[in-house]
Amino acid sequence: MTVRIKYTKTGNFKFIGHLDLMRYFQKAVKRAGLDIAYSKGYSPHQMMSFAAPLALGVTSEGEYFDAQFNTLVSSDEFVRRLNAQMTEGVEVRDVILLPEKAKNSMSLVAASDYHVTPVQGFLEEEWDRLLRGAGKLLEQEQIEILRKTKKSEKVEDIRKGIYKLYADGNQLYMLLAAGSEYNLKPELVTEALCGFLSIPYNRAAYQVHRLETYMKNEEGALVSLLESGTKIQ
Amino acid sequence: MDMTKRALSDEILMQVEKPARYIGNEVNMVKKNPADVEIRFAMCFPDVYEIGMSHLGMQILYDQFNRREDTYCERVYSPWPDLDRIMREKNIPLFTLETQSPVMDFDFLGITLQYEMCYTNILQILALSGIPIWAKDRGNGVPFVFGGGPCSYNPEPIADFFDAFYIGEGEVSYDKVFDVYQAAKRENLDREEILYRFSKIPGIYIPSMYEVSYKEDGTIRAFFPKREGVPEKIQKQLVMNLDEAPYPVKPLVPYIRATQDRVTLEIMRGCIRGCRFCQAGMIYRPTRLKSVEVLKQYARDMVKSSGYEEISLSSLSSSDYQCLKELTAFLIEELGEKEGVNLSLPSLRIDAFSLDVMQRVQDIRKSSLTFAPEAGTQRLRDVINKGLTEEEILNGAMQAFHGGWNKVKFYFMLGLPTETEEDAEGIPALCEKVAEAYDHIPKEERTGRVSITASASFFVPKPFTPFQWAAMLDGDTYSDRAHHVKDVFRKQPKAKSMKFHYHESYVSVLEGVFARGDRKIANVIYDAYKSGCIFDAWTEFFDYEKWLAAFAKNGVSMDFYTTRERPVEEVLPWDFIDIGVTKQFLASEWEKAKQGVVTPNCRESCSGCGAAKFGGGVCYDRKN
Ligand code: SF4
Repeated sequence: MTVRIKYTKTGNFKFIGHLDLMRYFQKAVKRAGLDIAYSKGYSPHQMMSFAAPLALGVTSEGEYFDAQFNTLVSSDEFVRRLNAQMTEGVEVRDVILLPEKAKNSMSLVAASDYHVTPVQGFLEEEWDRLLRGAGKLLEQEQIEILRKTKKSEKVEDIRKGIYKLYADGNQLYMLLAAGSEYNLKPELVTEALCGFLSIPYNRAAYQVHRLETYMKNEEGALVSLLESGTKIQ
Repeated sequence: MDMTKRALSDEILMQVEKPARYIGNEVNMVKKNPADVEIRFAMCFPDVYEIGMSHLGMQILYDQFNRREDTYCERVYSPWPDLDRIMREKNIPLFTLETQSPVMDFDFLGITLQYEMCYTNILQILALSGIPIWAKDRGNGVPFVFGGGPCSYNPEPIADFFDAFYIGEGEVSYDKVFDVYQAAKRENLDREEILYRFSKIPGIYIPSMYEVSYKEDGTIRAFFPKREGVPEKIQKQLVMNLDEAPYPVKPLVPYIRATQDRVTLEIMRGCIRGCRFCQAGMIYRPTRLKSVEVLKQYARDMVKSSGYEEISLSSLSSSDYQCLKELTAFLIEELGEKEGVNLSLPSLRIDAFSLDVMQRVQDIRKSSLTFAPEAGTQRLRDVINKGLTEEEILNGAMQAFHGGWNKVKFYFMLGLPTETEEDAEGIPALCEKVAEAYDHIPKEERTGRVSITASASFFVPKPFTPFQWAAMLDGDTYSDRAHHVKDVFRKQPKAKSMKFHYHESYVSVLEGVFARGDRKIANVIYDAYKSGCIFDAWTEFFDYEKWLAAFAKNGVSMDFYTTRERPVEEVLPWDFIDIGVTKQFLASEWEKAKQGVVTPNCRESCSGCGAAKFGGGVCYDRKN
């Protein structure tokens, strides 16, 4: 039986990488005494898969993973028992049961939205300019950036990955493509916006926070990954 | 209290490798409010986080100290060179993980000394904390710097950097240290007087309270307390009832993968064997066991409180644990099969029992057999009192080959006392025999080609062993010998199935100096550190040239400490420590070694080493 677990990753946890977070959850599930399923063989491992990895330094309140259990407890009990094992920075928000043969969360992910907030070393004036410039950037037909990988550099048009981009109070809001089809990192959009406005980009000056991870429903609308299943009573 | 406070800014944490090394807040971390306690203890492992977090002894003391309501023990590890640079540039003081507060604010800084090559890291810790490097320069209000662990059995090379050393197992006397400190604080005593009071606690050595004088030839003339009431000899402290000693049943669980990323179950302390090169085998005498019932309970509790899916046994020689069968059966059946916890095995003596256990817990095709004969010939194995015969090795290997194994690992040492060319050549010869034995396995039983990996390290004589008087080989002779062995390996008929590696000589030579060094070494360590040496245990940072320069600058000869055989009458720098095992026993073992006479292990018969004076352990097993 596969369940989907929604959790937050904040505070110190932004410095914990994706693989380490997986190991953290594996241990937490064990401490919680939940009946997790193991693969067969000499070094059995828990059947767990994570939705969309988060870059180091980014916080989130919309993270997901799927895991298989031999027996279940109610959603509320799942949440309670897991939260009793969490250290500060991770909180389990929801647990749902997936129907048999449901697609895993990783293959479902279609988009994520974020808040970007100024941290330090950033002039207020520039931040205002950035907030005001967001709309103009979105009016462009093409937004070209230089994508660097270990081996190559190439110019890429990221416009198609930006669904929404606007000032939300004092924060910058963005809804971006995510997942296996096209994945756009919020840092790249911030960098592109800075470039567009001729503001020097400094990664340490922004805190990125993921709000939610979405999939597409049958009508093609973006909905929460929790829509795949139902609460366990 | 805000537990998310951080000593380092996001910007810095995002710049350094593995920022999780510095943020604390791990599962089972102890949280207290520093304002509610009277004693703040910063416990330090002077190496990188992943290594330090793997150390059982530190977890034991962390747990024990924090059981005291008036004490908050926090952890410190060496900042990796990337962060070290930033901290120096920006003047960020070294901080503890728990409350992220400066080490300077603490009452104690306790540093565990597990290997000699961490000595420059101690200076790094002190410097980054803002604590004067030389103990004599520290005034009131500066934390008391304590050392402990195996290297404190000869603390002399680093004595001038420490206020105190704790000799022995930490569980015993720290409560007294804290109580004495509390009282002294109430009386408003100054640093010197507090140290004087510490000096009267069993096991505590205060280097500044002793005077050393030297002869013209550089050896020690006399070593004596400077002040009335300071003990002449320091007694090693030992836990006699391990079942009653505190054990960290809620171990700290790191976020990033540590070197030992599993539950560690300590099954016994000490070793009955008495290999003559082995320091642990002497300083932890007598052998003491934990009862199997207690261990089963610990195993259950620790798996539950940590969520680990792997458990390993810790001891010097697990095969000698008398209830090993019962314990492994429990771990495999109750925790393994029912709860998915893998048992990772320490190296066991290869026999029918251990092969059976190995078969149940690991994939034979991926695992290998391990033998540690240490020397290539029976003659030399008798000299070092390693009770492992060629016949035992061949029998064990054959049984394993029949069981489906085809990979064998061998550990040897080169440069052992009395070693000849023939002994060295015995290494490839022994490996060849094992490789040939595989030919006797019927083809249909074989799982592939046999593969033998032998490695040799450079023997370093250690204090409190029968070889403490022995000459260490010089670096070049060792390298030549290792080279020669490699050549002989190439000429073996089964050369294609065998690999031979050997360690470089440089690090071992330095280890040799530190292991048996005296107070004259301190300036060398200081100068090496000043010239940029840190993380010497890491090949990528080790810089031998800088070390050579530091020795030259101070006019200190390395050979004096390494290649010189000491007469038994010589006053050794560590003679003031009483480990229970007598100097007389060690000397007779040294004599027997030269004659190639073996000594039975403690269970076969007692050899009267002196450790029986602790009143327990294996010395009394037979008698009741
Ligand atoms: S006194 Fe005897 S039994 Fe005890 S440790 Fe020494 S040799 Fe072994």
